[in-house]
Amino acid sequence: MIKTPILQVDNLNKSFGGVRAIRQVSFDLMPGELLGVIGPNGSGKTTLVNLITRFVKPTSGTVAFKGQKISHLPPYKIVRLGIARTFQMVKPFYHLPAYKNMIIPLYSPRMKQLAGGRYGDRDAIALDLLEEVGFERDSHVAYKPAGALPQGYLKRLELAKALALEPDLFILDELFSGLSLAEVASIVPIIEKIRLQGKTIIMIEHRLKELFRIADRIIVMNNGQKIADGLAEEVMENEAVKSAYLGAEAD
Amino acid sequence: MKKRKERIDRGIKARSSDIFALLSWREMLYLSAPRMLPIIGCLTLPLILGPYWQKVLLSVAVFALLAISWDILAQTGMVSLGQALFFGVGAYCAGVMNHYFGLSPFITLPVASVLGGLICTLLLLPVLRLRGIYFSMVTLIIPLMMVRVIEATKVFGGTEGLSGMTPLPSIWIELYLVIAVLLAALFGFRRMMDSDYGLILKGISDNDRSVINAGINIYQFKAQALFIAGSIGSFCGAFMTHVYMFVGMPVFALDYSILPIAAAVVGGPGTLAGAALGAFLLVPMSEALRGLGGLRIVLYGVFLVIFIIALPEGIFHYMQRKYQQFERWVEVEK
Repeated sequence: MIKTPILQVDNLNKSFGGVRAIRQVSFDLMPGELLGVIGPNGSGKTTLVNLITRFVKPTSGTVAFKGQKISHLPPYKIVRLGIARTFQMVKPFYHLPAYKNMIIPLYSPRMKQLAGGRYGDRDAIALDLLEEVGFERDSHVAYKPAGALPQGYLKRLELAKALALEPDLFILDELFSGLSLAEVASIVPIIEKIRLQGKTIIMIEHRLKELFRIADRIIVMNNGQKIADGLAEEVMENEAVKSAYLGAEAD
Repeated sequence: MKKRKERIDRGIKARSSDIFALLSWREMLYLSAPRMLPIIGCLTLPLILGPYWQKVLLSVAVFALLAISWDILAQTGMVSLGQALFFGVGAYCAGVMNHYFGLSPFITLPVASVLGGLICTLLLLPVLRLRGIYFSMVTLIIPLMMVRVIEATKVFGGTEGLSGMTPLPSIWIELYLVIAVLLAALFGFRRMMDSDYGLILKGISDNDRSVINAGINIYQFKAQALFIAGSIGSFCGAFMTHVYMFVGMPVFALDYSILPIAAAVVGGPGTLAGAALGAFLLVPMSEALRGLGGLRIVLYGVFLVIFIIALPEGIFHYMQRKYQQFERWVEVEK
């Protein structure tokens, strides 16, 4: 059986005024794949995520999810179809306890849809989900105000919020940025667990070493264009990638 | 020796998310006093006040409701500068129903509240997408526009307004009706804002992208908040129409927009009780200063400025802190 792609990005373009942030980007993503997107600062990685989730309207081009065109839908409807993302800048409700932060995704119509019209006990589900991402159940961490939590926990909270929506496609925007090696090492197993459940993941990362260890495939962006697409080793041997990261050699 | 202030939470002996283990009457009193005091106060005030101050109490309650309506919108991230729109639309709804169709106040009040809420929501629906100051600007303009519309088209009595409304049967019914609505709105909507539904509303003001990212249509929630706030405001307008037995262009006056904001800011923004408390301070003070003529506004303004500088968190937050925490001075070790 030939698998059909879960996500098809076709000739996506985005201009902000005169700046062409994304130029002619196309790629297909197979179910269960873990795609890493890398590139220097300002190369359009986050814009690409924003275009897929439609937080930003594409200038031209289409995005299709499970064969259905989604690039005309408002962002909340795209989430309901099963795409969840995390944000690079985590902005939780600082005064609320961590588990109360989970109420917002748990209030989502998608939850109601999945559970057959019932929401269930949100506080209990929140604590379960937080345990899954590493908030120890018997400690007080989940009850602490989010503002008092270290960055590592805030990123996990962000991940838990995406997990709560039970999506088929996760888009993780720089989940590892600002974390210590130990914190990254503790989050990687969570991502691998998500993968084992057959979910598709797109990870935008600057932490190449950690990303290469788990990614099936890497896309390299530069100046809004896709300059390489393939296995991690192949991609890093690519001349265009080398010059993008290290700067073009002087003539 | 340097000293610093130490704050310690007053302990409640045993507490879980929704079960309070009450061990003594003291503890029960401690927990219930913040709710019982305003209820008892509001219910006994009409009995001890003279006729003049009873009238003042009516407008205190109305402004408290308007402040609550403002605060619900503000907590949802919509800072309105136009509570007068809600007030005015409600006033005209009740006025028209009573004047042209002769409906009794007991019908016009609830109908005008719902209808006014709907009209306000529909009027502001196109601007729901605007954020921050842009939303505020539009809400400021619309009531001013309504005045000109009525003036120019001469609908509903034009500049003369409509008079001869049916009053409510007695001052006692007026007083206890508005106080009952105030208490119901205060405790009811406070409960709503503390529920998961309220959390979504507050989430929209804090970080709307994260709410959208949960698959939630924020415009639907914003429209619902607008309807709630609009209904409260419209009730105030409809009520005052029957109290004054008149409805005219002054119902869209700037006072109805600005005073609720001042009340909410002085009382403590972000809490409905604070908003109501602010109205209970500002309106009587404005009345008490009435004898001073032109100086009244100056003194009133000075008081507002002093208050905002001295207690930027608002009275309610200050009182809440004092009530829930011990404070003592401890020596700082070098």
